[in-house]
Amino acid sequence: MSATAPTRARRGHDGWWPLLFVLPTMFGVVLFYLWPIVQTGYFSFTEWGAFGGQTWVGTENYRRLADEPDLGTAVVNTLVYTAIVLLGIPIAMFVASLLSRPGLRFSGFYRVLYFMPYVAMPTAVAMVWRLIYNGDFGILNWALALVGIDGPAWTSTPGFALVAVSIVGLWTSLGFAIIILSAGLKTIPPELYEASSLDGATAWRQFRSVTVPLLTPSVFFVSVITVINGFQLFDLLYALMGQGNPAIQQTQSLVYLFYNEAFLRNDKGFAAAIAMVILLIVGAVTLLQFRMQKRWVTYA
Amino acid sequence: MPEASSAAATAAAPTAPPRAGARASARPAPPARRRRSARHAPNGWAHLFLAAGGVVMVFPFVWQLLTSLSTNAQVMSVPPTFWPGELQWGNYAEVFSKLPFLQEFWVSVSITVIRTVGQLVLCSMAGYAFARMRFPLRGVLLALVLSILMVPPQVYLIPQYQIINGLGWLNTVAGIAAPGVFSAFGTFLMMQFFKGVPDSLEEAARLDGANPFQVFWRIMLPLAGPSLGALTIITVLWSWNDLLWPLVVSTRAESMPLAAGIATFAGRTATDYPVMMAASALAMAPILLLFVVMQRRVIEGLAHSGLK
Repeated sequence: MSATAPTRARRGHDGWWPLLFVLPTMFGVVLFYLWPIVQTGYFSFTEWGAFGGQTWVGTENYRRLADEPDLGTAVVNTLVYTAIVLLGIPIAMFVASLLSRPGLRFSGFYRVLYFMPYVAMPTAVAMVWRLIYNGDFGILNWALALVGIDGPAWTSTPGFALVAVSIVGLWTSLGFAIIILSAGLKTIPPELYEASSLDGATAWRQFRSVTVPLLTPSVFFVSVITVINGFQLFDLLYALMGQGNPAIQQTQSLVYLFYNEAFLRNDKGFAAAIAMVILLIVGAVTLLQFRMQKRWVTYA
Repeated sequence: MPEASSAAATAAAPTAPPRAGARASARPAPPARRRRSARHAPNGWAHLFLAAGGVVMVFPFVWQLLTSLSTNAQVMSVPPTFWPGELQWGNYAEVFSKLPFLQEFWVSVSITVIRTVGQLVLCSMAGYAFARMRFPLRGVLLALVLSILMVPPQVYLIPQYQIINGLGWLNTVAGIAAPGVFSAFGTFLMMQFFKGVPDSLEEAARLDGANPFQVFWRIMLPLAGPSLGALTIITVLWSWNDLLWPLVVSTRAESMPLAAGIATFAGRTATDYPVMMAASALAMAPILLLFVVMQRRVIEGLAHSGLK
């Protein structure tokens, strides 16, 4: 956005003023974020006693984690969830291109409809999805029965539960993708469409050769955000399945595993190691995305 | 605090001109295309797809409202009862007796206001200093703040819990709100805005003898309306809806915000569906209403912060 270079090199002296401006934020950032990050790194090498107090155990937590079957399950589940939510991007692209058609009426109204799930409280919408997914009297299985399919108890059957959670995740995040992609569509210069139609390009050809390439920066941004959010899967899982759900162990995400170990089983050293693994995986995946962007993102 | 909220108010005021600008750019359709689309491409198919998709998007909300006005027997009937007949408004009254809804509502409002006002003040100040002031260690401090953006929240959650616990702030509004008053993202967002403001404005005020705080408060902040608006929207949404942190630092139902209250209520009484639906409808109603009323600003605000 900022076309002008940073202009901090002003004449005159700011004296102690910058300190006053920056100090409150620095205080909070160090106290609540930076120092805790260092501490968690340390905690991941310790074991916690029942009444507090940590003892250094070296790499024991990481070795335990390597043998922990739940970690593999949680990584796979988190990846599957993220992959299914990513499938929303092509849908969002389609919707955004419909919404940006010239002269389309009610586009503001449609935007509200598609965006509502994004602003709604996840735990609250999870409640109604629980009902929709109910195996005995849910409306989804009733609808499936109409076409001769005998639906499962969605949220308490391993496998199906993850798909059920992912579909709700897709439904909530679709609006965000539509908004970002719509904003991206607005930046495409109309001359390109004019020039290509003078050259006799069909609507489909225009979509493929003008719209898609020029939209790739927005698509890239949306997919980075979607992946980062996907790795944070917790609210929907927690609220949609509920504790005591027989399928939760096979359906848990990385953050759920962390929460369970840190605050329900009170194994905070082990949980700290899980947090470090999450940091590592998210960092690696994001780095990979940035590395691969050269292959498919077009910067005009 | 009153001073701070008036800052938010004055800052929100000059949002009008950019809105008008955005409206103008919302229809950049070239004459040629518009003419062609008017003649050859009526939007019938587009409406068909968009309306069908819209029904899918909205159905859960409608279903929630219908269920919240049904009896439990109707909810569990097969085939489903689409229209409950006699509307059970009593379910909404039961929300207030079956869970500490008002207390939870108050907690949600409090943490949302504290975090939003805190972030507007602190992030705009720090963002301004990082963007336009010269001071020792500026680069190092900025790098430290920005480094947090790349770290998933789990990495600082356990120590944050220990701090709040150590302060004796578990189950308090202060404890739930505290870490979220500070934001690396907000600082970054505001810094990006202040970087783009032309020097001349600032210099004129300086020549008139204004000190840096007066320049910031009277000249810069009123210009930052759209960015402050975007930051407000993001913080309000996140504060109202977030589950993990409140769940960690509050254990008693009456000291939880609604997001955690609804989730744990469902864990306790999984079978009283109509009351559960009424409670969750009430819990998300304030944000949905706010969104419907201010939809253009919310959407532009999020797109604006996303494209920075």
